[in-house]
Amino acid sequence: MSTPTLDKHSSALDAAEVTGTHLIAITLRVRRFNPEVSAEAEWVDYQIQVDPKERVLDALHKVKWEIDGSLTFRRSCAHGVCGSDAMRINGKNRLACKTLIKDVSPEKPITVEAIKGMTVLKDLVVDMDPFFQAYRDVMPFLITTGNEPTRERLQSAADRERFDDTTKCILCAACTSSCPVFWNDGQYFGPAAIVNAHRFIFDSRDEGGEQRLEILNDKDGVWRCRTTFNCTDACPRGIEVTKAIQEVKRALITRRF
Amino acid sequence: MATEVSPKDAVELTSSSASYSPDNPAPLIEPPRARTRRTPRSTRTNFELYGWLFMRLSGVVLVVLVIGHLLIQLVLDGGVTKVGFAFVAGRWASPFWQYWDLAMLWLAMLHGGNGLRTIINDYAEQPNTRVWLKTILFTAVAFTIALGSLVIFTFDPNIR
Repeated sequence: MSTPTLDKHSSALDAAEVTGTHLIAITLRVRRFNPEVSAEAEWVDYQIQVDPKERVLDALHKVKWEIDGSLTFRRSCAHGVCGSDAMRINGKNRLACKTLIKDVSPEKPITVEAIKGMTVLKDLVVDMDPFFQAYRDVMPFLITTGNEPTRERLQSAADRERFDDTTKCILCAACTSSCPVFWNDGQYFGPAAIVNAHRFIFDSRDEGGEQRLEILNDKDGVWRCRTTFNCTDACPRGIEVTKAIQEVKRALITRRF
Repeated sequence: MATEVSPKDAVELTSSSASYSPDNPAPLIEPPRARTRRTPRSTRTNFELYGWLFMRLSGVVLVVLVIGHLLIQLVLDGGVTKVGFAFVAGRWASPFWQYWDLAMLWLAMLHGGNGLRTIINDYAEQPNTRVWLKTILFTAVAFTIALGSLVIFTFDPNIR
């Protein structure tokens, strides 16, 4: 009765198999730095064959596993959740694990370098401590007063919606290291810290908003933002970062007047 | 799978960097003014908030003042050829134009001065450079405002 379909490919699968192993030659131009060898960072070209539907992270893996094992970069989940492989690809901050080769003009050399504004430790690995220090400084945790409730802290769907966008942050530092103010002055809190402050400032269950606003009201807080929108463009989660920063500014203004 | 390494791939030791080794690593590439646990220091003032607000409000007022000024001086009633000592003396005979020009002077200088202050904060990398640039800026702003205000209020049309 039923027709066996086991050994019969669908046309879509056939098409996928025909193009599936289509490799192209690309040049991966990586900015490498090894303090044990040289004080200077330098661009190194790697010619490799990759499937254009693969990701830049796969190309980096190919280099590390097959050409030069000393190439150093961070990656953990490799699927855009952990936020450890933010890097500057063709001059734009992106996650290597969410950027397809075909989307970064593979006919030209693809440049890969460490994110800007932080100390380069080796190759694509930077010292993230200042970034996480700024994150800690805005107190990214629930602050409440009074007795612990005996049940869940309830919140309306509308109240939850208020800060939904900023809950998506994965702390990859793509936004902060795309900010020209942060490049020139690491004292600025940076977009990521402000986004995570926003997440609690606008949470109806939280009572520490006033303290966080006070922290961000300082001379290295939200007022240093020049609304260049680099952070919004860089965010791999599509968070409207500049909008969040502006909302914190507005909260400070309306609190004062 | 054809994978080839470009000649540039081999890390060459130059004479200046040949001495670096695991025991003697090169200095790290530091960003300007890295954050530490104790910075930024909290100042607990609203100065930046008021500064930000002042820029927006003074900007709106300046649009009216400056466009009005340019129309009167350069476009209406014969254009720029009419501007002379007598023209200025005639306008400053009225307190309205005195205060118009005074407001324009103060707002433009403070607006521009605050804008340059933020640019210096953004671009100057050394703390010393910042201090000196800002000292020069504040001196120039204070001098211009003081001189301009003095002239507006002590202007004597019969000076000759």
